Amino acid sequence: MKKLLTGNEAIARGAYEAGARFASAYPGTPSTEILQNIADNYPEIDAEWAPNEKVSLEAVIGASMAGVRAMASMKHVGVNVAADPLFTFAYTGVNGGTVVITADEPGQHSSQNEQDNRWYALSAKLPMFEPSNSQECKDMVVSAFQLSEEFDTPVLVRVTTRVCHSKSIVECRERGEHHAKPYVRDAAKYVMVPAMARGRRVAVERRMGELKSYAEETPYNYIVKGGKTGVIASGVCYHYAREVFGDSVTYLKLGYTNPLPNRLLAEFAGQVDCIYIIEENDPYMLNWVKERGFTKKVKTVFPSYGELTPDVLRRSLGMEPLPVIDCGKQLSVPRPPALCAGCPHRGFFYELGRRKGLVITGDIGCYTLGFAPPFNSMDSCICMGGAFSIGHGFNRAMAKISGDLRAVGVLGDSTFFHTGINSLMEVVYNGSNTVCVILDNRITGMTGGQEHPGTGKDARGNPAPMADIPAICKGLGVPLVVEIDPNDLAAVKTALDQALEADSPSVIITRWPCALKKMDKTERAQYGGPFTEKYIVNEKCVGCGICLKSGCPALSVDKGKRKAVINPVQCAGCGVCAQICPPKAIAKLDRGESDD
Amino acid sequence: MIKSILLVGVGGQGTILAGKILTTALLQAGYDVKMSEIHGMSQRGGSVSTHVRYGCRVESPVIELGGADILVGFELMEAVRWLEYQKPGGIVIVNDYKINPMPVLSGQFSYPDNLLEVLQGHTKTVTVKAFDEAVALGDARAMNTLLLGAAVERIGLSDIDWDDVIGECVKPAFVDLNRRALAKGRELAKEI
Repeated sequence: MKKLLTGNEAIARGAYEAGARFASAYPGTPSTEILQNIADNYPEIDAEWAPNEKVSLEAVIGASMAGVRAMASMKHVGVNVAADPLFTFAYTGVNGGTVVITADEPGQHSSQNEQDNRWYALSAKLPMFEPSNSQECKDMVVSAFQLSEEFDTPVLVRVTTRVCHSKSIVECRERGEHHAKPYVRDAAKYVMVPAMARGRRVAVERRMGELKSYAEETPYNYIVKGGKTGVIASGVCYHYAREVFGDSVTYLKLGYTNPLPNRLLAEFAGQVDCIYIIEENDPYMLNWVKERGFTKKVKTVFPSYGELTPDVLRRSLGMEPLPVIDCGKQLSVPRPPALCAGCPHRGFFYELGRRKGLVITGDIGCYTLGFAPPFNSMDSCICMGGAFSIGHGFNRAMAKISGDLRAVGVLGDSTFFHTGINSLMEVVYNGSNTVCVILDNRITGMTGGQEHPGTGKDARGNPAPMADIPAICKGLGVPLVVEIDPNDLAAVKTALDQALEADSPSVIITRWPCALKKMDKTERAQYGGPFTEKYIVNEKCVGCGICLKSGCPALSVDKGKRKAVINPVQCAGCGVCAQICPPKAIAKLDRGESDD
Repeated sequence: MIKSILLVGVGGQGTILAGKILTTALLQAGYDVKMSEIHGMSQRGGSVSTHVRYGCRVESPVIELGGADILVGFELMEAVRWLEYQKPGGIVIVNDYKINPMPVLSGQFSYPDNLLEVLQGHTKTVTVKAFDEAVALGDARAMNTLLLGAAVERIGLSDIDWDDVIGECVKPAFVDLNRRALAKGRELAKEI
């Protein structure tokens, strides 16, 4: 049956058709929908959100040991978190076939860096596939499971944003039956103490040697004959190349890229006069081609960062670009993303931005938008869970040099469970006066609302134990833990005063659900039916525009009338603007009262 | 022959659902279809785009600069922002509807007041007052399907059973509304 699937949906389908029985992930763009799809569509597979990518991969390793086919999926930077188990898992190999998906982000649409995770395959010595479209995503995941068992190795599948989030046609099949393999205790294989690991080290080299033949023979690596110009491409770049060159060149299309096929390359190089290598991010294939002695044939003209979309290829090749309409693009005002109306981070960042002498170490999430105007309240954003430990280091150094800046670390609830707990432990154990703020919006917001250990629900929405953030903080030994409603600006102010006065570690937990969170009745009731009130501007408004400092997309000032305007459709009733307004000209709309 | 349709708007306007309805229909009609969109941070009120390409054999899922046969602007300024993706001689279907971005709301910039004239001066433009029309149909949120209706009328995909496709793509409670919205959009975009 033919279906139109995104790459992520096709990967989920591949796991289903391969008979996988366990899948785990931590949400991260562009990989999130893989696990989401498994949870929503394939009850045959256990689907779990893990607290972070390392834990996720470890759970997958356990499932593989138990004999079932298992898959972990993560964004590119997630593999950094999971790298510790990944490298040694490459040594032990598998029992049930295991696939690890790395979703890279050329162009950095929603990421903090543009790292190329193909190096992980090389460095951890893992076989790797690189699908170009959704059909290949599905087929290669199925092949990866088979290869994993055949060669006793985890297999990496590297996709990119455009593969993950593009739809194309996929021929779907029935689920294949995979019989769980019996678990056999085998210390030489699974207990990686040095004596055993040395043995497995040899096995890894032998395996990668054997996989060289697979690279030559697999139908995923092939030559498409055309003219005397040669193009080597993998991933979505193959389709970009075909868009630009059509049938005029000879292609070496590579879908299986570690180890790379040396003989096939030599055959291809013999057929062409020059070689263009089209790959996003790093010179992974380029280095290989040069190392194989074809340096003179290689033409290097493409940028080493960003996406290599057809227009970029044309420009780099000095080809005539497609004609465009120039109407003065600068006419358009920028439209940067902004915290939603009703976002519980708004009240906190409004108050935080008013403080002087603070350095705010941030983290990964919607709240990173706190760096932007009008809040201007973030100094750094590096990685998941880093806010508190980076703040800690800053404060220790400040104390040493008698500086007068004070770091405040800010991260979200899902980030706290990811690696923020360790970060907080560092602050407490090594005793800095870092103010640690947990913006607890009761969901993983940035990636579209995934459950986590603090929400009380699992990946399929079934009840799960709810981790207690204040209790965790107290358990770690934080002397001052304050919980507040971030929409109550007086409470935010008091909590900040209290934490900044303390010369000890402190935690402020701002607890209010994300404005986009899908809540059940119980949770709605718990927060008093949030996001249902509306606020209106009354006659006291003088048009001063101070309310705009809340950075709310529902607010503007009509300059002609010198009056603030609240968009009634967008207003989610958080009431932050009403607390900021000097003449108290913004008030809650009474039931039955008209707002126009 | 490959056709490229670019749907642009503001996060939350429903370009993704419109893209889903369109691609489902194209698949049923027997075309090769590819679609690309970017999720993530831009969802938070940022500029968003859905690329749809169809024909006998489609390679790139992404429409390049100067490559769109039809540009559907769900919001006026977004149509202008993405106009360089439009093929000269192609058609822009634009929603005469403004959503102020943060820099306008905060008073840092003004929303330019002549954008519709700018579009009309540079390309063949079909203007649809989708907000008013959707409100008249009973729900402003049907703007997206209404604009899609205008687009499919101009692309010439009229032999597709759109009612059937909407039944497949939309939640039951909204099927009737979306069917009426698509029909209304087609009616509005009919060439006189």
